[in-house]
Amino acid sequence: MIDTSILPTTAENVKTVTDELLKQAVSPETSVEVNNVSVSFKTAKGLYTAVKDITLSVKKGEIISLIGHSGCGKSTLMGTISGMVKPTAGEVIVNGKKVSSPGPDRGIVFQNYSLLPWLTVYKNIFVAVDSALKDKTAVEKKELAEHNLKMVNLWEHKDKLPGQLSGGMKQRVAIARAFSINPKVLLLDEPFGALDALTKSTMHVELLKLWNLDHREKTIIMVTHDIEEAIFLSDKVVVMNNGPAATIKEIVDVPLNRPRNKKDIVHDPVYMKIHDKLLNLLIDKFSIDDIKTDE
Amino acid sequence: MKVFFSAKSILAVLYFLSGMLILTGIWAFVSMVTKHEIPTPLATWAVFKEVMHHPFQNDADTKGIGTKLLSSLGRVGIGFGLGSLFAIPLGLIMGSSKIAMKIINPIVQILKPVSPLAWFPLGLAIFQDSPKASIFMIFICSLWPTLINAAFGASHIPQDHKNVSKAFGFSTWKYLTKILLPFSLPHIITGLRLSIGVAWMVIVAGEMLSGGIGLGYFVWEEGFNGGNIAKILVAIIIIGIVGSLLDKCFTWLQQRFSYAA
Repeated sequence: MIDTSILPTTAENVKTVTDELLKQAVSPETSVEVNNVSVSFKTAKGLYTAVKDITLSVKKGEIISLIGHSGCGKSTLMGTISGMVKPTAGEVIVNGKKVSSPGPDRGIVFQNYSLLPWLTVYKNIFVAVDSALKDKTAVEKKELAEHNLKMVNLWEHKDKLPGQLSGGMKQRVAIARAFSINPKVLLLDEPFGALDALTKSTMHVELLKLWNLDHREKTIIMVTHDIEEAIFLSDKVVVMNNGPAATIKEIVDVPLNRPRNKKDIVHDPVYMKIHDKLLNLLIDKFSIDDIKTDE
Repeated sequence: MKVFFSAKSILAVLYFLSGMLILTGIWAFVSMVTKHEIPTPLATWAVFKEVMHHPFQNDADTKGIGTKLLSSLGRVGIGFGLGSLFAIPLGLIMGSSKIAMKIINPIVQILKPVSPLAWFPLGLAIFQDSPKASIFMIFICSLWPTLINAAFGASHIPQDHKNVSKAFGFSTWKYLTKILLPFSLPHIITGLRLSIGVAWMVIVAGEMLSGGIGLGYFVWEEGFNGGNIAKILVAIIIIGIVGSLLDKCFTWLQQRFSYAA
């Protein structure tokens, strides 16, 4: 089925829209499939079920956000896709293969950057490329590291240690690292949570730019608890129930045209409607104590 | 241009000098109270110059103080080096594996509190040679701090770093060289610094027992048995300075290999 909500509005995005339509018509390939996944942990107090019976399907090139209350199991669900967390029941299929461990077909951007503090910016990326892409030659690996660092405008900082960078720069290194292994699926676990609002805004646009430059072929799954961020970036927002035993409460479509404009989008009636809807879906879950975790 | 004589560095020198002055004052006072049983700083200085006359003399019957110092340092170096070669990998294994920790830790806990000197006769029985027994003693006593610190480092690798290794499919070798070792290195160096401190303290006592060429034997034989207290004081000063220099080396290494997270 063709999504009519992405019909062209301006002359310059006609091409992107036709591409989009073509893509939808030609290859509605499923990239990530989560089938009846439950995850339980053994704790001192007994078995704790984080997420229960989750089923979710993400198409190739789609950007989706998982949003919900802190501790609702978003990151756990993400973990089952990355292979860091083993589902207790059910299975996750990525690009037609069952996930059993982390792999280079999935690039991960961690919550707290997770750069190795003793390696320079360049080496942080090179080590990842070197490990993940074993069949490439040394020259190709170097080129990949260089190319991706230039993409995030950090080439001139290549010899710095992560400790010498600002939070936003660190996160750009982490994103460049994830892109550099050219994964089909990109998993972002609260990637911009630790950044200030202004840096965050810039990073959103930069992320979309990278995704665009890559012909919108990468599937991106992002964990967030920022409603604006989720709407601006995603095609779908997956709202999760409160844990324990969290489930999907609702999947909200975001039929906003791309490329999106940060400034204009907030006045779009569709945006406002989605924003209200998400707020309503999430607000009844938030107690006063938890409000601070929303931003 | 780097300023070598900033107000701060001049102050630091002044503080250092006043500390030394206080120490010399106490010494002079003790010397006075003991009616020169303990020689005065000035008398000791004279002996010091005499001892330092041909420091690296190395004849069959007369050895210079420098030769003795090098001989002690050599034993410490060999014992400490062998101990570290053994302790670092073992500590890393201990820190990386809970099972290894459970097996090795009780051994360490029991052997660690044993005075290094207690190992000397055992070494003598094994090697039938007192210099080798000294090295053995240094080897044993420089194991524990390094072992414990290396194990601590390896067992405290943040989950974040481990996740990076998993996410990008690091090989075991890559994990070792890019995560385990760099993370544990500052801890290992702390261990080495503690170890060399213990080793340097123990060698003097060890050489008193073992005899031969070395600072410990110098203190005992030429100082105490020779009735020359000034020589004991000279040896104490030399031992102290060398010990603090060794410590400085490792402090420098510590700074060199620390990193901002």
